[in-house]
Amino acid sequence: MADAGGRAPFLAVSDLARYFDVSPPLLNRLIERRGRLDLKAVDGVDFQIRRGETFSLVGESGCGKSTVARLVVGLYRPTRGQIEFDGADLARMKSRLEQKPLRRRMQMIFQDPYASLNPRWRVRDIIAEPIRTHGLRTGAAAIRARVEELLGQVKLAPADGEKYPHEFSGGQRQRISIARALAAEPEFLVCDEPTSALDVSVQAQILNLMKELQRKLGLTYLFISHNLAVVYFISDRVGVMYLGRLVETADAATLFAAPRHPYTRMLLDTIPDLAMTGRQRQPVGGEVPNPIDPPDGCAFHPRCPFANERCRRERPELRADAAALVACHAVEEGRIAPEMS
Amino acid sequence: MALLEIEHLQIEFPTRRGVLRAVDDLSFTIEAGEVLGVVGESGAGKSLTGAAIIGLLEPPGRIAGGTVVFNGRRIDNLSPEELRHIRGKEIGAIFQDPLTSLNPLYTVGRQLTETIRVHLRLDGAAARERALALLREVGIPGAEQRIDHYPHQFSGGMRQRVVIALALAANPRLVIADEPTTALDVSIQAQIIALLKRLCRDHGTAVMLVTHDMGVIAETADRVAVMYAGRVAEIGSVRDVVKSPRHPYTVGLMGAIPTIGGARDRLAQIDGAMPRVGATPKGCAFNPRCGRVFERCRHERPELLPAGATEAACWLYDAAAAPRKEVAHG
Amino acid sequence: MVTESADLPIEPAPPRAAGVLRRALDSDLLYSFRRSPLTVAAALVVLILGGSALLCAWIAPHDPFDLASLSILDSFDPPAWVDGGSWTYPLGTDDQGRDVLSAVLYGMRVSMLVGFSAVGLALVAGVSLGLLAGFVGGWVDTLVMRVCDILLSFPAILIAILIDGVARSVLPHDQQDQIAFSVVVLAVTVLPAVQFARTVRGSTLVERNKEYVQAARVIGVHPVAIAFRHILPNVTGPVLVIATISLAIAIINEATLSFLGLGLPLTQPSLGTLIRVGQNYLFSGEWWMILFPSLALAGLALAVNLLGDWLRDALNPKLR
Repeated sequence: MADAGGRAPFLAVSDLARYFDVSPPLLNRLIERRGRLDLKAVDGVDFQIRRGETFSLVGESGCGKSTVARLVVGLYRPTRGQIEFDGADLARMKSRLEQKPLRRRMQMIFQDPYASLNPRWRVRDIIAEPIRTHGLRTGAAAIRARVEELLGQVKLAPADGEKYPHEFSGGQRQRISIARALAAEPEFLVCDEPTSALDVSVQAQILNLMKELQRKLGLTYLFISHNLAVVYFISDRVGVMYLGRLVETADAATLFAAPRHPYTRMLLDTIPDLAMTGRQRQPVGGEVPNPIDPPDGCAFHPRCPFANERCRRERPELRADAAALVACHAVEEGRIAPEMS
Repeated sequence: MALLEIEHLQIEFPTRRGVLRAVDDLSFTIEAGEVLGVVGESGAGKSLTGAAIIGLLEPPGRIAGGTVVFNGRRIDNLSPEELRHIRGKEIGAIFQDPLTSLNPLYTVGRQLTETIRVHLRLDGAAARERALALLREVGIPGAEQRIDHYPHQFSGGMRQRVVIALALAANPRLVIADEPTTALDVSIQAQIIALLKRLCRDHGTAVMLVTHDMGVIAETADRVAVMYAGRVAEIGSVRDVVKSPRHPYTVGLMGAIPTIGGARDRLAQIDGAMPRVGATPKGCAFNPRCGRVFERCRHERPELLPAGATEAACWLYDAAAAPRKEVAHG
Repeated sequence: MVTESADLPIEPAPPRAAGVLRRALDSDLLYSFRRSPLTVAAALVVLILGGSALLCAWIAPHDPFDLASLSILDSFDPPAWVDGGSWTYPLGTDDQGRDVLSAVLYGMRVSMLVGFSAVGLALVAGVSLGLLAGFVGGWVDTLVMRVCDILLSFPAILIAILIDGVARSVLPHDQQDQIAFSVVVLAVTVLPAVQFARTVRGSTLVERNKEYVQAARVIGVHPVAIAFRHILPNVTGPVLVIATISLAIAIINEATLSFLGLGLPLTQPSLGTLIRVGQNYLFSGEWWMILFPSLALAGLALAVNLLGDWLRDALNPKLR
């Protein structure tokens, strides 16, 4: 789907799915006569990301957003579906060697600043690894200079290259992770909850840094988060996920001003009221169902105040509704009054 | 007389490189029935304070000074035996991880009745009745069956409800809740916060809510104490602290929180990081990062001073001092 | 009002203490070492025994294998402090007139050589296998682990005897003495190799799922490079502890083999061989022939064991 300028999207994902086999062991299955069990972590997801924009995937735990991130970046192989990056279908390339130049242009930042850096390596080696792997600089002097340049870009001192990760705080480690990702000179960054483990003031520093880097280097972000306020700050467009499916996609302004899907509304309602308006919140009852055994039809119907018979039987598809894409029968049938907040 | 009075509390960790002071001259009070939020970032010392109050400070950490007075009685110098009587009966606790707060080997009912029998001296049947009532009160559906289930049979949110029931089982006067919703999904967080608020109001229990999440505080607390580097930086009613903070740190903190409808190009950030324990700067601990620092801040440590509607530990609000020149940052 | 300039430097990480030696001396490891008198004593014992064993060629008063220097008249001399002994042979002599002290020193050297060789070989084989099994997974992992399970279900001595027996039946009689050393090392290697493989495999499984490994995969690093440059440095910690304790066990196992007559021959005796010989004369009154080799063996094994215990506790982050 081309955008207004007629360009193809930078990243296009269609019917992406990933199932995990959580069947009991063979012996148990034979004796207890149990079948195979699949955990449908991602069950048919479509979205596009244009060059230079930030697209966020938001949802609660178990919705599959982290799995989508790992599928896009190649850590998991998709069970079905396509991932097209700059026109090339990643799923079709089988060998590592074939994928390597394309993969270099796509890097990832992880959630846990403590586990994402090898504790036995010095920081300068951690950052230099992508440079060496892809031969982006030759000679120790050139590599060292480039590492210092990268450290400067994330506002760390050149002397920090000599240290080990445990000598740094969480926020500083996340900067090192960003520097490492940038070392491969990527155009596309997948960020998996990069600030969820950080304090509020550190989070602000990292988010500002990421925005600045995006402007300076022309990066495209796929941003994963469960924090709606952060998503509001950083995104151009947003996709809301629930139990492995996308329920709503829209640009940020539209989504936050006029959410359509009942789950989106519920999520927005759970954001604490920092403006102290005294607004009474209506916490929606129930919990996220077990992804191994999702409900039939629309995955959200057990908790949805607008569910009807069709919702229990038929799984809704993403359909355009004004400026957004929404997967909801009630919206399609016009049963939900648009809400302006 | 306040329900809980903490005065000049000091918590230290002796290490082989010297003594590290994690909480340094901390003072605040909690009135009966009120919810006091204690908010701060990692390393501010808020969890340690909660642990010290109920006597669950992990050695080698120890209370090195100050007093903790509960219900008119000093509790920081009690023997472990006496503390055990107070813990559970008078002061309840809710911790962050519901997975580890419950014993996986005992049914939920057994853990509840155990607490009830020890502290309320009810016999078997009456204890079970009370346990059932508690489970219903925290919103566990099908309480009659679920009372005999094991913790792993509950989901995260349900487990936290059980933990709340456990904390309130003996009708304590104060509950210390340490990050009770951090490990939960946002939609469940909202449910649990509402539950906690309602229960404590119904039972007249005071709550010390320790968290790093300002949003939770804004929804739940009556008053809030903002901690920085082991001391209170600002304290006041939630409305005042959140809407019109006075201490530069609180101002920075509120500005750094992204909000729907707020800034989208840049968040107001505080440069630098909280000082490590043992590396606290001289004078006001916040002075290296403060945008309004002046000479006095670097040498003298401020006490809590009245600052508009709140109290802030900041020399900007020393009404007695003569007007002074503000030094530009740096 | 908060400064909004993003160009201010962020607080740097605290400065590191100067000099590698300074930091090593100051480290937590050495600190816990100094504080435990038992460990220091154990280290001293290992140093003394080990040192004298290595230098035996220079410090032993006699060469017990120089047949020309032996005199049958000197046989069965008791230790120096007993009636009938002399300081020429401080710990007495054996049935051939060999000086017991020298024999113990040489024997200790052989025992330690076998022990170190076996553990060294086991480290190379075990760590590689464990890394392979944990990293590749699938049927490779299953195969390696089942082989390990089978080997572990037999008592170590039995396996050693098996290897030894096979070697003896396969090789011609006159060559047996020469390669006895290699056979014994091989026999004693099996148990620690399997234990290292299991430990490393377990640690590898844990490390493999950590995000720094995933990051390396996203960067495009070759899997072999990931295994050796990322995972290997992080799994060697627990292995080091087991290796130290395995050393003590290897020494004892070798001694057992030699005691049973299946290990090293009299031409290059280890402590076990000496104990075997000494046992024959225990009840006829020449107690010194068995006592001193036994003391040396027990002392060495105990000291190495204590060092291993200290290392395990010192490296355990939960106890610190």
